[in-house]
Amino acid sequence: MVVDQLTDEETDRIFHALGTATRRDILERAIREEQAQSVSALARRYSMSFAAVQKHVAVLERAGLVVKEPRGREQIVHAELQTIRKAMALLAAYEQLWTGRVARISDILANDEGSRNDGSQHKQ
Amino acid sequence: MTVLNTSNDPKALTMTVVSQLEASPEQVWQVWEDPRKLERWWGPPTFPATFTRHEFVPGGQSRYFMTGPAGETPRGWWRIDTLDPPHGIEFANGLAGDDGEPVPGVEPMAGRVILEERDGGTRMTVMTMFTDVEQMQKMLEMGMQEGMVEALRQIDAVLHTVTV
Repeated sequence: MVVDQLTDEETDRIFHALGTATRRDILERAIREEQAQSVSALARRYSMSFAAVQKHVAVLERAGLVVKEPRGREQIVHAELQTIRKAMALLAAYEQLWTGRVARISDILANDEGSRNDGSQHKQ
Repeated sequence: MTVLNTSNDPKALTMTVVSQLEASPEQVWQVWEDPRKLERWWGPPTFPATFTRHEFVPGGQSRYFMTGPAGETPRGWWRIDTLDPPHGIEFANGLAGDDGEPVPGVEPMAGRVILEERDGGTRMTVMTMFTDVEQMQKMLEMGMQEGMVEALRQIDAVLHTVTV
């Protein structure tokens, strides 16, 4: 199947979801499958109410970063790796911006060679 | 190849770019300190930056705007947190409103630059720490739509090959 590009709305949701340390931590645990945990186990871990953790999980879920899988009376939180890759793509875009910046800095340094007399070594 | 290595941590929201430049740390320092040099590289060719203020001293403030292909002028600001010439810079970089001043209540991202003399040139490490991810997206959108679209296309291509 063809994977669509992120819409602005999806991107907003992903960034909003990743916007707090607790949600990033929940996501990290969900990514490491052996540590996949139920909402109630997460609630104990973060010493916050079940409702508060449930709310965090719901934000991650709306962003498509995790899914909840029923197991008995529990809800186990799993990571959605495809969406996480998209979040990575946004960081990759930022990386690309810096790759461009470094190339331009390099050009400036090459073109301005000899125009400064700060005692630096001369290179090609 | 100038860029030696880049690494992303999508969970911690940090990005690190390590590059090797053919100049001394003092010369590289100039491209950060001199606003006329800085504006030649900060924005991509399609979104050139203009710095209207650049106080390159600890606690100093910078203001800039970028000019997009459709004449739009997104604005941003810097605050220099620490300087260790010619080896280290720590600065905050945030979004500004139409008046050019920082948007209140919006977290800037943190940048750390390390310049080390290495192999007859300078090893430049730039680390960006996104403290607020919604802001990260806005910063991304500021003058780099094209690059972003391209990167997403690349990742989509990868995902496509995986899912087929």
